[in-house]
Amino acid sequence: MAAGIKDKVAILGMGCSKFGERWEAGAEELIVEAYEEAVQDAGIDTSQLDAAWFSTAMENVNVGKGGIALSTALRLPNIAVTRVENFCASGSEAFRGAVYAVASGACDIALALGVEKLKDTGYGGLPAAEQGTLNPLWAATGSAPGNFAQLASAYGAKHGVNKEDLKRALARISVKSHANGAKNPKAHLQKVITEEQALNSPMIAEPLGLFDCCGVSDGAAAAIVTTPEIAKSLGKKDIVTIKALQLSLSNGSEAAYNAWDGSYFHTTRIAAQKAYKEAGIDKPRDQVSMFECHDCFSITEMVTMEDLYLSPEGTVVNDVMDGFYDADGPIPCQIDGGLKCFGHPIGASGIRMLYEMYLQIQGRAGDRQLSNPSIGMTHNLGGSPVSNVASVCIIGAG
Amino acid sequence: MAGITSFGGYIPKLRLQRASIADAHKWADPGAAGKGKGERSMCNWDEDAITMGVEAVRDCLNSGGVKPEAVYFASTTLPFQERQNAGIISTALSLGEDLSVLDVTSSQRAGTSALLQALAAVKGEQLDNVMVVASDHRRSKSASPQEFTFGDGAAAVQVGNKGALLEFLGSHSITVDFVDHFRGAGEDFDYQWEERWVRDEGYQKIVPPAIAKALEKTGIKADDVNHFVMPATIGRAVQGIVKKSGLTNAAICDTLHQHCGETGAAHPLVMLLNLLEAGAKAGEIVMLAGFGQGCDVLLFKVTDEISNSRQGNGISGSLANRREETNYQKFLVFNDLVTLEKGMRAEKDSKTALTVLYRKRDMLLGLIGGKCTQCGTAQFPRQDICVNPQCHESHCLEPYSFVEEAGQIQSWSADYLTYTMNPPSHYGMIVFDNGGRFMSDFTDVEVGEIDVGTRIKMVFRIKEFDQNRGFIRYFWKGVPV
Repeated sequence: MAAGIKDKVAILGMGCSKFGERWEAGAEELIVEAYEEAVQDAGIDTSQLDAAWFSTAMENVNVGKGGIALSTALRLPNIAVTRVENFCASGSEAFRGAVYAVASGACDIALALGVEKLKDTGYGGLPAAEQGTLNPLWAATGSAPGNFAQLASAYGAKHGVNKEDLKRALARISVKSHANGAKNPKAHLQKVITEEQALNSPMIAEPLGLFDCCGVSDGAAAAIVTTPEIAKSLGKKDIVTIKALQLSLSNGSEAAYNAWDGSYFHTTRIAAQKAYKEAGIDKPRDQVSMFECHDCFSITEMVTMEDLYLSPEGTVVNDVMDGFYDADGPIPCQIDGGLKCFGHPIGASGIRMLYEMYLQIQGRAGDRQLSNPSIGMTHNLGGSPVSNVASVCIIGAG
Repeated sequence: MAGITSFGGYIPKLRLQRASIADAHKWADPGAAGKGKGERSMCNWDEDAITMGVEAVRDCLNSGGVKPEAVYFASTTLPFQERQNAGIISTALSLGEDLSVLDVTSSQRAGTSALLQALAAVKGEQLDNVMVVASDHRRSKSASPQEFTFGDGAAAVQVGNKGALLEFLGSHSITVDFVDHFRGAGEDFDYQWEERWVRDEGYQKIVPPAIAKALEKTGIKADDVNHFVMPATIGRAVQGIVKKSGLTNAAICDTLHQHCGETGAAHPLVMLLNLLEAGAKAGEIVMLAGFGQGCDVLLFKVTDEISNSRQGNGISGSLANRREETNYQKFLVFNDLVTLEKGMRAEKDSKTALTVLYRKRDMLLGLIGGKCTQCGTAQFPRQDICVNPQCHESHCLEPYSFVEEAGQIQSWSADYLTYTMNPPSHYGMIVFDNGGRFMSDFTDVEVGEIDVGTRIKMVFRIKEFDQNRGFIRYFWKGVPV
């Protein structure tokens, strides 16, 4: 039985660019913006980096393939740079690479940096992802909102939630994220919205309206990791360490085998179970202080709260309507605004989630600072409900 | 005894109301209002001569048809000028590779000419049975008379030596280069000459001699003909032929103008099927004529087998499965008759890797998945390792067709973001009753018509157009039953 990652790796520093429609900045400028904050926070010099992991997803509208863009933008000292891509969970993959490098002892200090420049497409929403040569010849002609929207029809049918109640809970989720995002100066969307606005927004993919969909943003986020010992030797106090880091990928059973009912994420449940075990958490609803989940759409957030075993199955609508996940609730969710309002520069998002958990645990989250959070969790998802990559990461004080 | 042994038909669900066409044009053409009666069939954006042909052949096979030795495909609107169109139909329906195929085209009588060739092959005992399918999706200029009179549709008949429903008695063909209309290579639309000339010099002078010779060859008297199946959109053209030929007015068959419109090369067979479905009686004589740069006249006798014939949807079933379309603009868009702003999302390149299409042709054209010989799980696509988490055996899947598998919707959405010619794009997870599932496009669906649990069947449709290269991708989609 593998020993796991718990307490073996510490976060030395983190940085995050302003997210949004960064018309004035290219990916290279966003990389520098996030990195400069991280390296300053870490208190090291670039020459101390041993290796880097670089995440981008949409290379055709971004920096192209390979790791050169990162190495060149930061004038790295000819160290190894590995570019990773795993759909919208790419940022978590870069972080996993850097953390594993340190845990293995191969590196003392490693960088994970994710960036996405999405607003050079000329249109709203995500660009269509390349699907290879076979899939486009038969796969349903869909978009991300249409794929995720299907959770709603399946969840409603399974748990007997009528369309009006479901739509209202989804609106409530978006209202909460907008309220949180309004307190985050780096967020893409910083305006509060009302439930009525959310309910009446233009339809994108039944039943998801415009306000059920996250922002499509430019941005970058960075993490510098090392061992707890090195962190201490560098004078770091209030050290934040990795408690769990799990990834689960679909193997085609949801898509092709008649067992999955379409109302939940099979992979998220597996990643969550493994992460809780790795972190030593047995009662997540009591032990997790706060979390960032992959709220690409309001319905994704809703079912994920159950898949992370925070709300018992079939009850999340009540938790949402009761404010369980609000900023002043028992387990605040998307305290930074989430993908919904902080924004979703794909390759950066997994690291952006960690950035907020890291700031919160260190008590540096400004107006949105929670009261003494100790355990923060991130859930970063790529793909679609029927076939996806689910990442769960838990970090904590000490 | 050579003859027609089974038949199947298909008319698209959409019926454009002629009043809607007339409304769009009456500002410029005050006479348009007079043509605004009844309805015409209209392909959905993802239908063409091949997809309709597939449905007609499928209907024929489900109505007592057997796997043929040859497929003859007649159409004047073949989607490919070079790529065997009949081969796409045969692959879609997994008719096997030991098959002779032929595309028959260039004239409105292509359907009857293909049928004649099939009958000749069977009568000469070169082949035991041939599937003849005729299908047309004719384009017409906006505001043209043809826009009112045309329709889209397909019909298939199987020709064989045993168990004929219609015994072939004989035929006569005349070939004259009479150009009532033409469409040059690379042109989008037909160019027509004056209707009165076409009627008087064409129909009235070319068809009666052919009828006379066919009657003479078969020894049938004109007034013994019970049913005269002859399409014509020009007023009183058929009546004039009947009068000249000594046929009876009672024999004139419904041209389906009110409910369908003229389906081009398919129409003689579409009308024939409509007659058979309406209850042609054993012993009756049927005369079938196709007109176009001459004329084919075929004579058949209805046999006792007609009472045993198994009927699928056919033409009458297809005509009953209708949706009134009153949006003329939609007709223009579906037929590529307007320059439409499709948005940047439509700019993506849809180049098809022909190597992949060939390697996976049974999957992509034939909807062939797999069934595990170890655990019995049906699955799509067919891969080397079984998808069942309790099995995962390697190299144990045998081909398994999903074409006739029924299923239901597990999850769905109506998507306004993704580009489609008919928004919103409907798609979702289909769970098949006998195992297997996949995320599928839905078609022939309007907003509010589907939900979790809706019953679904699969149909062969256009998946995507590659505008840059003139290629068409086909695949299967779900439609509510």
